[in-house]
Amino acid sequence: MDNLFQRSLEDLIKGFRLQLLGDSSFISRALEEIRREIKATDLSTKSTALHKLSYLAAIHGVDMSWAAFHALEVVSSSRFHHKRIGYQAITQSFHDQTSVLLLITNQLRKDLNSVNEYEVSLALECLSRIGTRDLARDLSPEVFTLLGSSKSFVRKKATGVVLRVFDKYPDAVKVCFKRLVENLETSDPQILSAVVGVFCELASKDPTSCLPLAPEFFKILVESRNNWVLIKLLKIFSKLASVEPRLGRKVAEPICEHMKRTVAKSLVFECVRTVVSSLSDHEAAVKLAVAKIREFLVEDDPNLKYLGLHALSIAAPKHLWAVLENKEAVVKALSDDDPNVKLEALHLLMAMVTEDNVSEISRILMNYALKSDPLFCNEIIISVLSVCSRNAYEIIVDFDWYVSLLGEMARIPHCQRGEEIEHQLIDIGMRVRDARPQLVRVSWALLIDPALLGNMFLHPILSAASWVSGEYVEFAKNPYELVEALVQPRTDLLPPYIRAIYIHSVFKVLVFCLGSYFSAQESSSGSSSTVYESILNLVNVIEIGVWPLSGAYDVEVQERAKNVLGFIGMAKQDIAKKVNLQDNEAEACRVTAFMEDAFSEELGPISANAREKVCVPDGLELEENLGDLEEICGKFLKPVESDSVSCTDKISFSVSKLRIRDQQEASSSTSLPPKESSSLLAEHRKRHGMYYLTSKKNDPDSNGTPNDYPPANDLASEILLDPLDPKRKAKHRKSRPVVVKLDEGGESRITTSQAKTKQESVTDDESLSRDIQSALLVNKKGKEREKCEGNSNLVVVQEEETSRIEKPQNSEKKKKKKKNGERTSRKHRSRRRSEVASSSEQVEIPDLLL
Amino acid sequence: MGIRFILMVNKQGQTRLAQYYEWLTLEERRALEGEIVRKCLARNDQQIRFELMFEFLCSYAGVLAGWLALNEQCSFVEHRNYKIVYRRYASLFFMVGVDDDENELAILEFIHLLVETMDKHFGNVCELDIMFHLEKAHFMLEEMVMNGCIVETSKANILSPIQLMDKAH
Repeated sequence: MDNLFQRSLEDLIKGFRLQLLGDSSFISRALEEIRREIKATDLSTKSTALHKLSYLAAIHGVDMSWAAFHALEVVSSSRFHHKRIGYQAITQSFHDQTSVLLLITNQLRKDLNSVNEYEVSLALECLSRIGTRDLARDLSPEVFTLLGSSKSFVRKKATGVVLRVFDKYPDAVKVCFKRLVENLETSDPQILSAVVGVFCELASKDPTSCLPLAPEFFKILVESRNNWVLIKLLKIFSKLASVEPRLGRKVAEPICEHMKRTVAKSLVFECVRTVVSSLSDHEAAVKLAVAKIREFLVEDDPNLKYLGLHALSIAAPKHLWAVLENKEAVVKALSDDDPNVKLEALHLLMAMVTEDNVSEISRILMNYALKSDPLFCNEIIISVLSVCSRNAYEIIVDFDWYVSLLGEMARIPHCQRGEEIEHQLIDIGMRVRDARPQLVRVSWALLIDPALLGNMFLHPILSAASWVSGEYVEFAKNPYELVEALVQPRTDLLPPYIRAIYIHSVFKVLVFCLGSYFSAQESSSGSSSTVYESILNLVNVIEIGVWPLSGAYDVEVQERAKNVLGFIGMAKQDIAKKVNLQDNEAEACRVTAFMEDAFSEELGPISANAREKVCVPDGLELEENLGDLEEICGKFLKPVESDSVSCTDKISFSVSKLRIRDQQEASSSTSLPPKESSSLLAEHRKRHGMYYLTSKKNDPDSNGTPNDYPPANDLASEILLDPLDPKRKAKHRKSRPVVVKLDEGGESRITTSQAKTKQESVTDDESLSRDIQSALLVNKKGKEREKCEGNSNLVVVQEEETSRIEKPQNSEKKKKKKKNGERTSRKHRSRRRSEVASSSEQVEIPDLLL
Repeated sequence: MGIRFILMVNKQGQTRLAQYYEWLTLEERRALEGEIVRKCLARNDQQIRFELMFEFLCSYAGVLAGWLALNEQCSFVEHRNYKIVYRRYASLFFMVGVDDDENELAILEFIHLLVETMDKHFGNVCELDIMFHLEKAHFMLEEMVMNGCIVETSKANILSPIQLMDKAH
């Protein structure tokens, strides 16, 4: 479809809407056309082609980075229309990696200096979107000039650009900041709005550096009637007040005024948010804010409701009374249509939970969970679980109730939080001895229910239930039913690893029953036939149930099944000889007793840093890496055919050898290790490094290791419960488990490395803030000299100097002996990590404000 | 830093305008747009809408309170580490992605201001106007927002350069 005339953008769009060929082919045809046209030398053709290309790129996602150079050519045209198109294309497609980025600097400079303010604005816009460090550096003088331009239109835009320039090239602060601050005092509302916006961003990044400007901000806060400006100012003050608490007192007054007077809800909300987050110590302000929140909560509009709840949740940590006052509104919000509102209400409700109302709130929430959609239902479940388990279940008084709640949760149709419930069931079993009977009861209820086996999300819960039943089988009322439940045919639906747990629990139950049968046999002279019948039944049931699994595909299942069957095979004979079984030398008896013994050891929770608590036995050397090994055992690592190695030396290492090594130098005891074998070791280590133990436990001695860990029992007894708290009701003997405190050593290691990485990323901001502060202080110095020379009211700043490199500056240092403080400004930024620089300095606010 | 991006998407999920204030590659943009649009469109399905009412109000400088009363669901969506404030005008969704600490109601007002400005310029603005005059829409946005901060909120000030440019062209 070759036309005589070039198709304009409008034609393109119309064509696209009318075409029947299919989007992608239309686009590719159009692209071909564009590629041809864009190479033309005539700027009009080029610009139209570029225009079409930008459209396609913006709306249809076509890549236009190949046209970067063409865009530059178009921009260099003198016609405004072309410039516009070119800049549009550039803003859209240029980024840090564009190769022709360097070429644009001159063009931008030319346009920034142009007389036509609209060209200037185009260039400024472009700079603000694509500005890189180099561009910022090269063009900051121009921006500086424009900040002082006579046309407010230009000044406004220049202010907008300043933020990007500062961001990319912090040294520009020294140059431009003064003008920026001057603009703060302007009466022109356009510029004011822009300047305040910039300061809002700067304050978020670094509040202390903007602190000296607080008086000006205050003035604007009191005078201005423009809601947009006020909102931004409030944000600034909220950041400043968190660094400088005295500011809060001063600012609370005008904020309350605004809250009472204004009609605009957005301003009210911003006031409320500021008060609640940063001024939370001022009672009057907070009360007013909470009243306003209440108004929001009763509105019909979901936006306002959501915002009210949101503000309340910010207020919650310090002002719980506010949340409690509005409890009904919060609970009502749980049934709202809007998912956001519901979630906020849920979080608020969770914040209100204490020991006394936990069961009441959980009841309410469970009802809601049954009624809601799956997403919200799971949210409810997970928040209840996390709140209740916080700090080792400190909120729970009645564990029996909590365990039955867990069982109830498992039955909620949409429940998908099986792992968490599993974890808590086992956790409580290990930590809270008194809850075990209830736990076993609940697990039994879960296990006998065949319907639950089909639900994939509940499998983790079932595995926990079966483990608990096996482990604490002594509390079970009817082991026979338990076993039936564990071997029921529907368990085929379970995945193999859970099946294995089931079989193992069956084993434990079996051992328990046999053990009690045999001991009953010994104690009583004759066993009643019913007992004999039942035990025989039990054994038969197990055998029938487990036998098919002995051929299972999964090795774990197979092995355990075979174990059980073997045990049964051996025990069966002895049960059959029942009447004569007076001696306890019978094999089954002994084996049963042995297994019982093995199962009677309690498992308990272990802290994550338990290994570090183990003290290294004397004489054990722990070396950094296995490199030293070569010196010691080099001769042992030699290939077999070497004669120098005696057979006695080939014994594996003992501790004494290592000690000897320590006492004498390695060279005296061994010959020089042959290079090949030690290098083999090094090579092996290189290749399979991740399988090597970490340096702490690096001794190759296998004899020492099993004894280094205390048996689980010792740790478990440490962890388990306090004796009864006398406050509790006598019949509910609830105890609080003792939580093992984590080892401080490991944690501090982690935090320092985190702090280090954080500091590296902070250095950029630091340098920006330092520059801002230095610029401000130079500013202040100039102003003070003009205004009030030798005013004794201004207080000299105390400065807390942190460890910092003091570069000997020449005259600057002397100049800096001024009223507002001492700072050294550097010619170049030092990348040394210091303590968080900004927070260490306190700048006095002049008396105007205090 | 304030506003991260501004999107205008129609009911079928086609993007009509996209302005980003931070660099994202093409794939990232598409992915982002797809996710957000799905979230917002899904929420709105449950609402009863008075379409005519909206278009009627569109051509007048509507009072914000009036708009609010017609919403059935919250206009805010959380997405990753920022919030999305959106509002539906007839067949077009206006979505603004902002930082967490931005005032949501102010952004809603900003969206309304944008629509009013476009309405004033195009006269009874509709989706087609935006499609055919995409660059004008871009310019309006550029006048209002720089570097993610709202710099201009007066309709007259926003429109005067654009009107001048049109006259000159």
